[in-house]
Amino acid sequence: MRPQPDLAERAKSASARAVGGLLRYGSMAVMAFLLFGVILLVSGKNPIGAYRDLFSSTLGSARGFSEVLVAMTPMLLTALAVALPSRIGLINVGVEGQLYMGACFATWGALTFSDLPAWVLLPGMALLGMIGGGLWALIPGVLRAHGLVNETITTLLLNSVAPMVVSFFVFGYWHSPMDTNKTANFVPSARLPTLFDTRVDLSLIIGLVLLGLFWFVMRSTRWGLEMRAIGGNPQAALRNGIPTRVYVISVLCIGGAVAGLAGMAQVSGFYGVLLANFSRGIGFMGFLISWLAGGNPLGIVLTSFAVAMITSGGNLLQLTRDVPYAVINILLAFTLFVVLARPRVLPRRKAA
Amino acid sequence: MTLLSVLGVLSSAVFSGTSLLYTTLGEICDQRSGIVNLGLEGVLLVSASAGFAVTYLTGNPYLGVLAAALAGGLMNTILGYLTITRGANQLASGLALMFFGFGLSAWIGRAYVGARITGLPRFPLPGLSALPVLVRSLFQFDLLIYLSVPAAILVWWILFRTRWGLGVRAVGESADTAFASGRNPRRIRYQALFVGGLLAGLGAAHLSIAYAMNWTEYMTAGRGFIAVALVIFSKWHPLRAIAGALLFSGAVAFQLLLQSSGIQISPFLLDTIPYLLTLVVLIAWGGTRRHSAPASLGRVYQGTE
Repeated sequence: MRPQPDLAERAKSASARAVGGLLRYGSMAVMAFLLFGVILLVSGKNPIGAYRDLFSSTLGSARGFSEVLVAMTPMLLTALAVALPSRIGLINVGVEGQLYMGACFATWGALTFSDLPAWVLLPGMALLGMIGGGLWALIPGVLRAHGLVNETITTLLLNSVAPMVVSFFVFGYWHSPMDTNKTANFVPSARLPTLFDTRVDLSLIIGLVLLGLFWFVMRSTRWGLEMRAIGGNPQAALRNGIPTRVYVISVLCIGGAVAGLAGMAQVSGFYGVLLANFSRGIGFMGFLISWLAGGNPLGIVLTSFAVAMITSGGNLLQLTRDVPYAVINILLAFTLFVVLARPRVLPRRKAA
Repeated sequence: MTLLSVLGVLSSAVFSGTSLLYTTLGEICDQRSGIVNLGLEGVLLVSASAGFAVTYLTGNPYLGVLAAALAGGLMNTILGYLTITRGANQLASGLALMFFGFGLSAWIGRAYVGARITGLPRFPLPGLSALPVLVRSLFQFDLLIYLSVPAAILVWWILFRTRWGLGVRAVGESADTAFASGRNPRRIRYQALFVGGLLAGLGAAHLSIAYAMNWTEYMTAGRGFIAVALVIFSKWHPLRAIAGALLFSGAVAFQLLLQSSGIQISPFLLDTIPYLLTLVVLIAWGGTRRHSAPASLGRVYQGTE
């Protein structure tokens, strides 16, 4: 056991760490912005103007800020869906698929029971979404727990299957009379309530609460302790009587359920309709966020916020600077590259 | 159903499967050296858009193919820098590369949405001149199609019959052992990634220059991930990759046949067949250690200092 440093020293080292972290991430962000600036310059756009737009549109107004929160909401949940299994050493790359299945199940609920009141229908849809995502994660969980197939491969495979299942139902049965690729708009009782007259919906609160719960469970419960034990050394955990197999299956399923909830929130809150291929990588983004944040709940919130700022700022660039929306992915990717590469010129994180 | 419609189905299946074969071969090269490239989707998009743009600008589809291949090689080099030189996590780096590809391809292709090109020229199969014109017109393929199976054989020969290929496989099994026997794991992985990128680029070129002959955002529609699945299905073996691509083409053909014969099965369910078969194959191998995934796949080589 290390000797415990006294409180003042601990506070000092914590603040030094915070400053160091701020400096590190700040300089990384500057680097990414410089790189993207080159791209903008090459395509004849004014990078300074574009960045001014990006910041003023996201942080400069209450409306813009609320849009950042809207973009951030699904990322909180999808990142949590990766972070939880990662604590016992499982790699859940399948959030994208679990999200789709959650959306699919929830939509079935919304369309079938559309005459129920909202206070019954919404929890029902949330439950259905969690069941959908959870079941989709059950397959990799069982296969992994019995040592048959590695969960990285199976979750990745099932990612590609889930959107097809959604398309099967949407194109085949659920599409509205006018469209072929989406359902009719959900009835108001199947829509998540929004907050403060913005597009921010209840799922933001749910995401934050679940992240808080995750933090609490990992820190102060027996489950958290046992999960940390499995994550540290699965063999030792098994020999100490921890049912690792049960944990593998249930933790992966809970992760899937959270991803399914994110899918339910997307169709019920953000879109209000189930669109075939509605997600362009929200699940994968969750994986990246969780990985960048090291599975830490507060880190997930901060990283999601930063990523959401970039993506929702991209919407505005499309309008004012005539840059296709997808191009904002370049700025996002540069940011990720810089963080992944951890350049030597920047202060380094202590060896993890 | 007429013979002609069956032949038409086979012909279009060949067209749709070719890009997948090249892409799978590329991913096999990456993974044999121990690196999972999850960014393949992004690599394909960038190659497809670059190839299309060059074809449009120069009017020469072969230059477009060349540009697409180089673009693929360069994209993979980015992944190499992150995972080999900087020792970053392979899955996260791959996904970052995917998002980069989404953005970069949209940026490259923004001026070419809706543009028209003359695609890769098609030649009739030799020895079919006796057939009726209508049938013959179905069996006119472009150069990339004719070269696809030879390419698979070539990749097999390089990986399994040359010194360099032995080095790639050795690094993929154990970078430390390869280092101890006098090889440079970092350099070999860079080379394997570049070659893999070239191959993936050829696949993307076939998609945008020869098959679709247009550019739309996200036009690869998950082919990168299909290729990753087919690599597993083919047990990291270039010749079995042909079977993998045929499986996918077969599903497409089956789907078209059913449609033309009026049987109603959702195409989306048929699309899941390659994935589900891969899953079944994986489960069948499960527990046995006989499958041939490169042993150090996904691990970061720290080097010996």
